Amino acid sequence: MDLWYTENHSDNVKFSIRVDKHLKSQQSEFQRIDIFESAEFGRMLTLDGLLMITEKDEYIYHEMITHVPMAVNPDIANVLVIGAGDGGTVRELTRYSSIKNIDMVEIDEMVVEVCREYLPQTACRLTDPRVHIFYQDGLRFVRGKENEYDLIIVDSTDPFGVGEGLFTREFYGNCYKALKDDGILVNQHESTFYTSYANSMKRAHHRIKSTFPIALVYQAHIPTYPSGHWLFGFASKKFDPRADLKADWWNSLGIKTKYYNTILHTGCFAIPNNVRDCLRESGK
Amino acid sequence: MIFSQSDAPVLEAMRGHLQNRVVPFDVPGHKGGRGNQELTDFLGKSCLKADVNSMKSLDNLCHPVSVIKEAQELAAEAFGAKSAFFIVNGTTGSVQTMIMAATKTGDKIIMPRNVHRSAINALVVNGAVPVYVNPGTNKKLGIPLGMSIKNVEKAIKENPDAKAVLINNPTYYGVCSDIRKIVKLAHENNMLALVDEAHGTHFYFGENMPLSGMAAGADMAAVSMHKTGGSLTQSSILLCGENINSNYIRQVINLTQTTSGSYLLISSLDIARKNLALNGRTIFKRTVEYAEYARSEINKLGGYYAFGDELCDNEAFFDFDKTKLSVHTRDIGLAGIEVYDILRDEYGIQIEFGDIGNILAIISAGDRALEIERLISSLSEIKRIYSKDKAGMFDHEYINPEVVTAPQQAFYSGKKSVPINKSCGMVCGEFVMCYPPGIPILAPGEKITDEIINYINYAKEKGCFMTGTEDIKIENINVVEA
Repeated sequence: MDLWYTENHSDNVKFSIRVDKHLKSQQSEFQRIDIFESAEFGRMLTLDGLLMITEKDEYIYHEMITHVPMAVNPDIANVLVIGAGDGGTVRELTRYSSIKNIDMVEIDEMVVEVCREYLPQTACRLTDPRVHIFYQDGLRFVRGKENEYDLIIVDSTDPFGVGEGLFTREFYGNCYKALKDDGILVNQHESTFYTSYANSMKRAHHRIKSTFPIALVYQAHIPTYPSGHWLFGFASKKFDPRADLKADWWNSLGIKTKYYNTILHTGCFAIPNNVRDCLRESGK
Repeated sequence: MIFSQSDAPVLEAMRGHLQNRVVPFDVPGHKGGRGNQELTDFLGKSCLKADVNSMKSLDNLCHPVSVIKEAQELAAEAFGAKSAFFIVNGTTGSVQTMIMAATKTGDKIIMPRNVHRSAINALVVNGAVPVYVNPGTNKKLGIPLGMSIKNVEKAIKENPDAKAVLINNPTYYGVCSDIRKIVKLAHENNMLALVDEAHGTHFYFGENMPLSGMAAGADMAAVSMHKTGGSLTQSSILLCGENINSNYIRQVINLTQTTSGSYLLISSLDIARKNLALNGRTIFKRTVEYAEYARSEINKLGGYYAFGDELCDNEAFFDFDKTKLSVHTRDIGLAGIEVYDILRDEYGIQIEFGDIGNILAIISAGDRALEIERLISSLSEIKRIYSKDKAGMFDHEYINPEVVTAPQQAFYSGKKSVPINKSCGMVCGEFVMCYPPGIPILAPGEKITDEIINYINYAKEKGCFMTGTEDIKIENINVVEA
């Protein structure tokens, strides 16, 4: 048996993982959902054929999208998570007893169902009593909120297809409105290596920057994402994620992580020149 | 051979022609795209291959005897008409055919003044004289509505010699007149009933839609298939009722229509008709659901008014086309054109038009829920970020003009160019309009007033795209020499 899953990272680059078993394939109203079992990466979730997470490296993404904002403001109590149907982001957030409420808005209920069944590693904390799941369009949900959340995490797919609305100026503006005066917005921010991703990254950054007074990006290395180099956006009305890092407080919590630590926190905002150039170009 | 609505005779003939691999020693000279590589790369090979010329197996638009004839017959059946013509000069071509078939030089035709420029253009060409019925206006929205029965009756009584009545069904904003009664009035007075249905294709296929021209018993209707019917831009259908000699209509069409009818457009009409006949009900049901959802969400935002059938008054706002998403913006202190510009420049959303106090978004089955959400959310943001005091804003889209001479006479008379601001009291010799919507602010033969000049200046200042004048900068206007 020589079965391989392949994702095109660009028109001319393929990334393949040998598949042991194809565990699930289902078409929802929004997208095609697949679960594969692989020797190297464990179970993998793909949406419309694009790799979302693998059991082997999902921790990097989920730790970085949650602990970076959490270590900046210990008062975060009310969190909105958009997308995140695999549950990984919520799993990390539930590790904070200071968080009182997590609203998770996922457009596709079937993704959550499939992940509950096949990816307990990430979906394990979706049953936490603080978690409230809303199956609806993220843009629509956030439009109805004002001055409510301390943190919004946008854990979305790429901006082509279902996740399109989550990379728009109107979405960021509505997030701004939904956040309190010291609110933070963190989002999956694509990467700069391949042109198509770089263009969406630039557009997203430009839009966030014209909405929030503080808008930075930080990076992580995620082996299964195109180019392996991935970016997150940190936007805020008040906090600078470097100057306002509460390292002692965060370390006192004793949260055990595999990727994130408070030294890396400062370092991840030090971005390579090619990314800085992209960010500069985004204003043009 | 008996055809059904699931056939598409032109499409099938073109497929057969392409499969036969006929060697082309006729036009077009790009020969299936081989002669113009960049164009082929851009539009696609199948598109260029389908760009063929009239020939025996594909019929001829000017004189249809085979597949185009069959396709037109199917279209007539689908629309409930006695005959139908494929038009490739836009619905402008359909409207002009109606007017040029119904009237000749000096004949009168009754029409609302808020017609599309194509109707008045036809009068410039053939010399018929308009009898304008002032449309009703909605004071709050400032928009022109349909014609009230009272006003049509009055116009008919004062002009018993008029040859025809032209009706917009619906207006750009989605407002319908009582078309059944107007058609009846016209026929009782030996006048033809002509319907401009540039924005009403879906009336023929959707459920619970306003009454269509053919269903109302009209004599001719110009249907913009390309607007909401799914065919290619510039393709249109002219429908004729029982009492119309369709062979004469064909001759009138051939006065102005191209002899090189595009098979891209012709086949798109055939395919779109088939799709509407088979799936139209579902398609427009979804369209209405999207539009109604957007309307209710936008109205919840506050400040905006997305109007609907609550405005129906049994008169000039007799019925409303629920697929139209028209939103009144003046209460957030922004002109429609300003909201239109912000949507495009800041939010990457292109809507159909913005005018002084309203915007119009075209909703269709081609939309997706996520795009509807984007539009609603962007409007919410625009209100949050840009809203201001509405003091000093214009509150109307429409000024009733005073007609001094017939359009043809004014257009072809001796003219001189004067600065617009110094033209008050003179008679206009050309058109001035915002495009879209393309309803003339001034048409040839109308008196220029201070109110109209102020309106033009205001529309220019707000960023409306003005057209019509010989002066491309719209600073000077041609007036009729005294």
